[in-house]
Amino acid sequence: MKLSLKVWRQKDAKSKGAMVDYSLEGVEGDMSFLEMLDVLNEQLIDNGEEPVVFDHDCREGICGSCSLQINGEPHGPDRLVTTCQLHMRKFNDGDTIVIEPFRAKSFPVLKDLIVDRSAFDRIQQAGGYISVNTSGNTVDANATPIDKHAADEAMDAATCIGCGACVAACKNASAMLFTSAKVSQYALLPQGQVEATQRVQSMVRQMDLEGFGNCTNTGACEIECPKGISLENIARMNREYFSANLKG
Amino acid sequence: MSALIKSSLARKMVMALSGLFLVFFLGQHFVINITSVIAPDTFNSWSHFMGHNPLVQFLLQPILIAGVVIHFVMGFTLELQNRAARGVKYVSYKGSANASWVSRNMLISGGVILAFIALHFYDFWLPEITHKYIESHPEDPTRYYAETVHKFEPIWRTVLYIIAFVLLALHLLHGFASSFQTMGINNKYSSAIQTFTKIYAIVIPFGFALIAIYHHLNPITH
Amino acid sequence: MGILDSKVPAGPLAEKWTNHKNNIDLVNPANKRNIDIIVVGTGLAGGSAAATLAELGYNVKTFCYQDSPRRAHSIAAQGGINAAKNYQGDGDSNYRLFYDTVKGGDYRSREANVYRLAEVSANIIDQCVAQGVPFAREYGGLLDNRSFGGVLVSRTFYAKGQTGQQLLLGAYSAMNRQINRGKIKSFTRHEMMDLVKVDGKARGIIARNLVTGEIERHSAHAVVLATGGYGNVFFLSTNAMGSNVMAAWRAHRKGAFFANPCYTQIHPTCIPVSGEHQSKLTLMSESLRNDGRIWVPKRLEDAKAIREGKMTPLQLKEEDRDYYLERRYPAFGNLVPRDVASRAAKERCDAGFGVNKTGEAVYLDFASAIERYGKEKALIAGLNNADKNTITTLGKAVVEAKYGNLFQMYEKIVDENPYETPMMIYPAVHYTMGGLWVDYNLQTTIAGCYAAGEANFSDHGANRLGASALMQGLADGYFVLPYTIGNYLSKDIRTGPIPTDSAEFDEAEKEVRDRLSKLMSGSGLHSVDYYHKKLGKIMWNKCGMSRNAEHLQEAIDEISALRADFWENVKIPGSIEGINQELEKAGRVADFLELGELFAKDALTRNESCGGHFREEYQTPEGEALRDDKNFKFVSAWEYKGAPKDAVLHKEELIYENIELKTRSYK
Repeated sequence: MKLSLKVWRQKDAKSKGAMVDYSLEGVEGDMSFLEMLDVLNEQLIDNGEEPVVFDHDCREGICGSCSLQINGEPHGPDRLVTTCQLHMRKFNDGDTIVIEPFRAKSFPVLKDLIVDRSAFDRIQQAGGYISVNTSGNTVDANATPIDKHAADEAMDAATCIGCGACVAACKNASAMLFTSAKVSQYALLPQGQVEATQRVQSMVRQMDLEGFGNCTNTGACEIECPKGISLENIARMNREYFSANLKG
Repeated sequence: MSALIKSSLARKMVMALSGLFLVFFLGQHFVINITSVIAPDTFNSWSHFMGHNPLVQFLLQPILIAGVVIHFVMGFTLELQNRAARGVKYVSYKGSANASWVSRNMLISGGVILAFIALHFYDFWLPEITHKYIESHPEDPTRYYAETVHKFEPIWRTVLYIIAFVLLALHLLHGFASSFQTMGINNKYSSAIQTFTKIYAIVIPFGFALIAIYHHLNPITH
Repeated sequence: MGILDSKVPAGPLAEKWTNHKNNIDLVNPANKRNIDIIVVGTGLAGGSAAATLAELGYNVKTFCYQDSPRRAHSIAAQGGINAAKNYQGDGDSNYRLFYDTVKGGDYRSREANVYRLAEVSANIIDQCVAQGVPFAREYGGLLDNRSFGGVLVSRTFYAKGQTGQQLLLGAYSAMNRQINRGKIKSFTRHEMMDLVKVDGKARGIIARNLVTGEIERHSAHAVVLATGGYGNVFFLSTNAMGSNVMAAWRAHRKGAFFANPCYTQIHPTCIPVSGEHQSKLTLMSESLRNDGRIWVPKRLEDAKAIREGKMTPLQLKEEDRDYYLERRYPAFGNLVPRDVASRAAKERCDAGFGVNKTGEAVYLDFASAIERYGKEKALIAGLNNADKNTITTLGKAVVEAKYGNLFQMYEKIVDENPYETPMMIYPAVHYTMGGLWVDYNLQTTIAGCYAAGEANFSDHGANRLGASALMQGLADGYFVLPYTIGNYLSKDIRTGPIPTDSAEFDEAEKEVRDRLSKLMSGSGLHSVDYYHKKLGKIMWNKCGMSRNAEHLQEAIDEISALRADFWENVKIPGSIEGINQELEKAGRVADFLELGELFAKDALTRNESCGGHFREEYQTPEGEALRDDKNFKFVSAWEYKGAPKDAVLHKEELIYENIELKTRSYK
């Protein structure tokens, strides 16, 4: 198929960017979206132009590197997939595709389609862990039985890949879904209880410091999340946060 | 404590609680108003009570006004923060793909409601305050019904009120349910809560609109 | 023993590690604060090592080329992690895990290392649970297990099909805790360009900031390389796009021996290649072989009809299908080890029984599992005469609960519903057992340079069992390296900070800059990917699942010529400053072009078939691998001497005192 692409090009963090038009032929339905961009880049390199840079690594939907806003939606029109798992069969011959970086003040563009998502790392560093010595001298793994339902829910929250689609989709660029997924994972497990108060307060404080917007419960994050992280996590974080503050 | 007040979660909570309070007030307001259609005498006596009970006048009324002010000020503050949080705008942003129009445009519905409140104050609250406290007329406990019906004689006011009620319904459709999510209530009862809030969000504004239409169509002829 | 001293402690196998820990020198906590350690790579091995070293009190600097430590490719491991917990009471023990691993590795691994791995495996699970890793559980609240290829017990712990992700996020959270304490400095979007040696010891690295393009110097008292495997030498593999051999290869060029480069694992259950544009391959967890049955048509004409689209697999009757693994290996059936399963698939496809357009795919069928589970569920629900539809629906629900995310992934990629029609799979490069040679302490042949995880030649011998990579990465990082490195660093407590303005750093930086400028000055005929794809084809066709002397020699010559062409004609747009992904790729491909040749040379030297290394000349009449313990019971460790063809082979003889060498049989 033949496609018209409108791609955000920006030389570096300081430069101003702009949309640039490209046309691309020979795209096949079996290609992933990133493989389509590979073809574009080969074409650009052949023409002596600089290829479009974008973050990507595992290309199997789990590392969370890829991060494109495609036709106005993070990771494109398909549901429950990352851009690397979005296949070109979801598009039609002759389509125009608009490709932009994830937009948020807290995700500054570094070049073209690459953004800096280290704000997410800093939120995790603020408290997204259980302070247990890594010596291995802990109790036996089966010493504390955990309700299967709680363990499964913790797992569902823990599947977040930190791609930032929630922020990109949210009209407020809020990072609540991301932050709440981590808070929830630990809140649901007995091991996470000891530091629960401190954790949710620190992580929320860091999230606010990073300049993300406020949640208005539109639910866009949940719909666009490639891992289907539920809004229930946000509600849980709210509960955790208020009970933490009531405890003082 | 100051850290708490600055936190985004606390501000959301303020929005949710003030919103819920206003939702509750709407219900109470509606119950009084509907009597103007079915039992004008009851309407008069309840209105008289609300207008002259010191608890209502000097405690609940300021709280209500504060609630309205807080809800709006906080709403606008958060909206400004939210706009700043995006930074560079998207060239293409398909909000309709993942969120409802109402949830994305609370500012519009809220703005219309704010304008409506201004009109509503001008129509009822200001004359009432003037009547009671500035011109200090002697109280006539039967005046309320006629005054109310009289207001809806002009078609323009009735239409403006109806528009406002439609936007109020939209605002509530998202806001009422959303406040439960903010308060951390998202569990097995959520779908029941959702259903209730959706019904409430439509029934109450629709009822207000019906009352306005009824009075417009049934003016008092002396 | 030559110059290779494995430093395996004396004493009985089961006591070696404990004795060793009791006898190695320790660094006092106050002194640890004065010692810096660089950890390159933040996957399971690097992340866990960094966290533990920082916990112990050392100052740690971590480096990763990704934008966050959490993105390391350990995250993509699906199936699970082994541990000899014996929670199922099915006869598991440290010894059995040790035995299975040595046997699975076709008797080409070091006994003492493997035993230690088995010994600490149980600790890993305890540690991860304490860190909040949400492993799958049974209704009673205890941990669940499943079985994996090549073993007869259920010892694999898992978190849906995302075990690697959860373990990595666990290690990442442990790292985050130390970053928050200021004990780890995390350098993301940084690539190690070279190792710096001072007085023969590893004392730092030269790194490139991938955002600004700046070349930076970082010094430390020891350097840990946890940079993963080199499967991307094949271009198409299940590795991440950025996975590379640069760090390991730079260390190799500075004196670290490279061990067993030809031991590559070709994973049997990957999604087949769909066309020329393909950039990488996707694995479907081995756990699928618990329930899926692998088959091809019995008759060539049926296979042909299917390839041409004239027939669907569902039309083929049971008796016309060849469940070749069940036929050839009745004891293990579909759960034979990976190397065996992969070769069997290739054998059938080479014989013309392949089932997709390219003829390189076999079926992985869940129909009988769906029926079996459906009947079971129907019985539980008290439906004694359930009809076929009910059974299928119930069965599908069970399969979905077990493998739902994998099925969904398959459907997204292939656009076929695997609940209805059998999956198509084909082997793909997945893991490299070879890597930097290390002694029992995980130290390479460079003093102060350590290698952990897939980057070392490790504990897997010639073939790795499923769910053992995660185990090894975390064992190395959490529980082995933090002890053994102390022994070395105890001599460094008075050294003080290592200056970065020494002549050695000057020279290393200059070499890096020269290399980058040389890459940028190619004539501009072909892109980096052009060369990478060419290299990949040579590797896959001549050094892939089966190898022979003639092809390997051709591969050596072709890779050598391709390398010369690359340096002459590669085209890299842009500049050295700022983000330049083509330049990043070029540096990595340049090293693959050297490694590839050594790989072929190693395969050519090893005149036997063992594990992932199958030489066509050395097989039984039935086509099974023919190992030669008399002449090849050693680790090949290659010393760098300039061009790969000049590399010098050193042998570490493998001594088996606790296991009797047998022909590996899964029949």
